[in-house]
Amino acid sequence: MNAESKLSSRLPGLTRRGFVKATLSATGGLALGFHLPALAAMNGPWAGDPEGAEINAWLVIAPDDTVTIRVAQSDMGQGVFTAMPMLVAEELECDWQHVRAEYASANRSLREDRVYQRMGTGGSRAVSHSRPYLQQAGASARERLIAAAAQEWGVPASACVASKSRVSHEASGRSKRYGELAAAAAGITLEAEPEIRKPGEYQLLGTALPRLDVPAKVDGSAVYGIDVRLPGMLYAAIAVCPVWEGRLKAVDAAPARAMRGVKEVVTMDDALAVVADSYWRARQALDALAPEWELGDHAGASSEAFKVRFSKALDAKGAIAEEAGDAYGELDTAAKVIEANYSAPYLAHLALEPVNCTVHIQPDRVDVWTGSQNPESVLTVTAEETGRPPEQVHVHSCHLGGGFGRRSRPDFVARSVAVARRIDAPVQVIFSREEDTRTGHYRPMAEFKFRAGLDAEGKPVALVNRSATHSILAGLRPEAVANGIDASSLSWLANSPYAFAHRSIEHHLQRTHVPVWFWRAVGATQNAFALESFIDELAHAADTCPWQFRRPLLASRPDMVRVLDAAAEQAGFTDELPRGQGRGIALVEGFGSICAQVAEVEVSPSGDVKVKRVVTTLDCGNTVNPQTIEEQVQSSVVYGLSAALWGKVEIQDGRARHGNFDRHRVLKMAETPQMDTHLVLSGGDKWGGVGEPAVPPVVPAVCNAIFAATGKRVRALPLNDQDLSWS
Amino acid sequence: MITLTVNGTRHELDVEADTPLLWVLRDHLELTGTKFGCGIAQCGACTIHLDGEPIRSCVIPAAAAAGRQITTIEGLSADRSHPVQQAWIEHDVAQCGYCQSGQIMAAAALLKQKAAPSDADIDAAMTNICRCGTYQPMRTAIHRAAELAREVS
Repeated sequence: MNAESKLSSRLPGLTRRGFVKATLSATGGLALGFHLPALAAMNGPWAGDPEGAEINAWLVIAPDDTVTIRVAQSDMGQGVFTAMPMLVAEELECDWQHVRAEYASANRSLREDRVYQRMGTGGSRAVSHSRPYLQQAGASARERLIAAAAQEWGVPASACVASKSRVSHEASGRSKRYGELAAAAAGITLEAEPEIRKPGEYQLLGTALPRLDVPAKVDGSAVYGIDVRLPGMLYAAIAVCPVWEGRLKAVDAAPARAMRGVKEVVTMDDALAVVADSYWRARQALDALAPEWELGDHAGASSEAFKVRFSKALDAKGAIAEEAGDAYGELDTAAKVIEANYSAPYLAHLALEPVNCTVHIQPDRVDVWTGSQNPESVLTVTAEETGRPPEQVHVHSCHLGGGFGRRSRPDFVARSVAVARRIDAPVQVIFSREEDTRTGHYRPMAEFKFRAGLDAEGKPVALVNRSATHSILAGLRPEAVANGIDASSLSWLANSPYAFAHRSIEHHLQRTHVPVWFWRAVGATQNAFALESFIDELAHAADTCPWQFRRPLLASRPDMVRVLDAAAEQAGFTDELPRGQGRGIALVEGFGSICAQVAEVEVSPSGDVKVKRVVTTLDCGNTVNPQTIEEQVQSSVVYGLSAALWGKVEIQDGRARHGNFDRHRVLKMAETPQMDTHLVLSGGDKWGGVGEPAVPPVVPAVCNAIFAATGKRVRALPLNDQDLSWS
Repeated sequence: MITLTVNGTRHELDVEADTPLLWVLRDHLELTGTKFGCGIAQCGACTIHLDGEPIRSCVIPAAAAAGRQITTIEGLSADRSHPVQQAWIEHDVAQCGYCQSGQIMAAAALLKQKAAPSDADIDAAMTNICRCGTYQPMRTAIHRAAELAREVS
């Protein structure tokens, strides 16, 4: 029985809420006839069902008690490969030592009415979105295991207890392992779904557990997309027109075809690929070609020119994102008016594993192996590109060598499928680092203009803010942009909690030929840099401590004040420092969590910045795995610091000027500050995200610290381009 | 033909002499634990040991490794028992994990050279990129690995 017919055999009887229905899985194994290097538990992409009884779509229990839990989200480092199983295991009452994780099948979700619900990973929503139904899947399985034991023993289910992968009947002293009960449990339908636990009742959630995927990541056995190896597999190197919206005009393929190992030269509308028996031979052959590109209308474009255009737009009043009182009138009569302009560049994601995708097109099926943040979009794009029914497309989710938003866009999948369509073998298309960067879609560049008024006591009364930036949603869901406003472009600018009685928050939506996309923490990454820096300017203009200055402005949000205070106190924000050293503070709410950060920096007289310490406080409400949360905060700090210090994609001659790490510097060990993280949990029903909220505030916290150290205000990034020398 | 000794095993390989060692390991020997990140020796994801020294295999021609001992992440230990691997598991270091083979090989080479490295030694030796930012746990894990190695010896 192949995987295809196994899937079909499950279809009858499955309902919308597939997880409460019983289905027995056939024994698994490598039914698809491919092999993977060192395939072992939790190392590889989905390759067939594990052995055992499938209690519901989310979990399979093997005779030896191993519980395999399907993970529908993608782990790009943020820990969902452990957190999602924890949500199921919380209710299942299984021994955590017996839990393994595997990626869920997008093909099955398609066939079974989205049994895995949301499979995309982004917006720091994995836990908040899937927690209820994953808990439910675990609770349902537990009750069915209990029912199976009760039936066998002829006792009421209510007299049985599940604990540590066993069901016991205390009165008679009988007990059975889950592995012994699973087959019977799979055949049971419950009368009603059990209640799930609430905060305060958890036993597993909230405990620090090591990640399930770490062991496979210390011996090289974890299989990323780029590591997939199939019999007869070929490799492709690809070059895309360096200017977006350009085309491939002509290429003489002969030099490549003459080279050893080369199988095919594939030309596409705007790209060129060489397919060979090894990646290096493909790459050498690609380099031997001299494609002629039709560069199109944008070959003269530059980020310098964009900046001039965006800035000029700020001279006029923009579309209104938020308005209260009479901001312009109040500015005319304010005791003191402070004005400043800010500027943020394009940023590339720079995930360490260059994007890649392996595709095998056969008469009756298409298989795709890749690390993606959205296996459903991989499936859809592959179906579109091949013209096949989506049911024929099988996506094998692999580990992701970083994501940060880059891997939520399936452009690299579409190009890989386009190459594979000409090849009668599995082919792995690998983008070079340079191609990965240059075909990337960037964090939008942005320009800002602020004017604020203080009264005679230094109290802020009015704020006028104009911003000019791209809309990511304009190209994705145009209906989400109304009256010139894409709310996601205005995160933390519009509807910020800062209580300026009179405010006018305006926007100028911009477009260039450079494509933009979600970059870890999205709009707040540019906006918080500008707003949190400007608030710091106002505090200094009012001769007030930037921490204390924010407190009354946040009067309506005591939860924010609590997080802000905790950061200031933990960091010793007001403790004296010598000249050349300073602390800066910033606050951002995003993805359902509140995050405050205090950065401590040292700036040499010649202007070299060293970030010495970053203290983070985070209120994400409740926790699944506190260990992962601390790791995510550190990850966010490092990611944000790389962007603050060196991050920019310069556009020149219509293209990204630099493609590799020699010119896209990122933080390394020696530059990494001491990082202290404190969770300030408000509990309740709040389940905030943790993968992104700590990225935006660290950037202005550092800039504000530089001002404290040197008196120099940073109004443009990256820091490396600014003169921060002092004497 | 080039003869390479990888993790103690000799291989006769029909590859061009200038093929970077990284691609011979990954494509010809299917040892995919060694990763491609940049191709210009900037990121360190491809770090292996050549006669015990850490090198970035994306810029070493295969021919230059002939007759020398090549150790990859797969050969560091048979069972994740190397002190660095043990410490990495103990401190839950990996996030996406893509750079970790290279980081571990760099850390193992450092410990061979310095049994008890200082923070400054770690800063100087650990120059590989981790985009997930696992540097702080890595530093802790290197100190722990040094302890584990001393306990063993």
